[in-house]
Amino acid sequence: MPLDSVEILLVTALLLCALQAVRATRLLTAAIWLGAASAMLSLWLYTLGAHIIAVIELSVGAGLVTVLMVFVIGICGPDARGKHGLVPTWLAWGLVISASALLAALVLPLTGTPVPFIQTSFASVLWEQRALDILLQMILIFAGVIGVLGLLSDRNIPPVIAAFHDQEESVVPTTVEVANAPSSVESPRAWTETPEGKVRV
Amino acid sequence: MNLTPMHLIVGGVVGLGAIGVYGLLVMRNLLKLVIALQILGKAAVLALVAAGANSQQINLGQSIALTVIVADTIVAVIGLALAVQVQRHFGALDVRALATLKG
Repeated sequence: MPLDSVEILLVTALLLCALQAVRATRLLTAAIWLGAASAMLSLWLYTLGAHIIAVIELSVGAGLVTVLMVFVIGICGPDARGKHGLVPTWLAWGLVISASALLAALVLPLTGTPVPFIQTSFASVLWEQRALDILLQMILIFAGVIGVLGLLSDRNIPPVIAAFHDQEESVVPTTVEVANAPSSVESPRAWTETPEGKVRV
Repeated sequence: MNLTPMHLIVGGVVGLGAIGVYGLLVMRNLLKLVIALQILGKAAVLALVAAGANSQQINLGQSIALTVIVADTIVAVIGLALAVQVQRHFGALDVRALATLKG
């Protein structure tokens, strides 16, 4: 079957969006490029005949994950400039090219053994043949929810930081008191308010 | 050599995998690492669906790809929550800040 121009356009757009998502210096731009890559992938999956996965990828990949990422960027700040360098760029490129060449050499040429065609519905495969996968997905979802609740709760603030915040709150009124106190006294606690005026305790 | 749609899919999978691995190796920002992981997950989903379509068992490929999507989303959500905590504690999203953790 010859190549379709629509598929060539889709794979080009998908790779371009993915590359821009990694290269973008602003996190918000990267998140939007990632959502666009998810949309391109869902279109491609739809042309391959995987309609259900295409819809799920569009709603989860381009919808849920992008919204969550924009929300987190709103909390953490949008700038990611100057954050390169865990591995030198030349070494990273070498590793990537080596891994890609190995993967391509492993897969190509595309000569697979013919498999007998078995007509089964998606629901039958999902709920009967892959029931263990459903169980695994439920466990993953519950573990994810519990993990996120644990991570985002305020109880995880270390004692040092919590003590710092407590100290900061108790210091504020004292600072105001010092600012209003006469400059000749050493401590604002040495003065008290009486009907006759300020007197030294 | 006559190029078929399957060659195009293999090219897409290899390209997405290369971009994801490059992002994982080079980036230090936690959110960029989550993005790189998402791109690797998309490569896995595409490979599974293509394998199912090639072996005329598209529904089997879809069901396994669904598991990958769920796992990938959970990883992304946990990673984003971790990034929020790292930002709260260290004031930055740099993974090198995590090296200062003690205990």
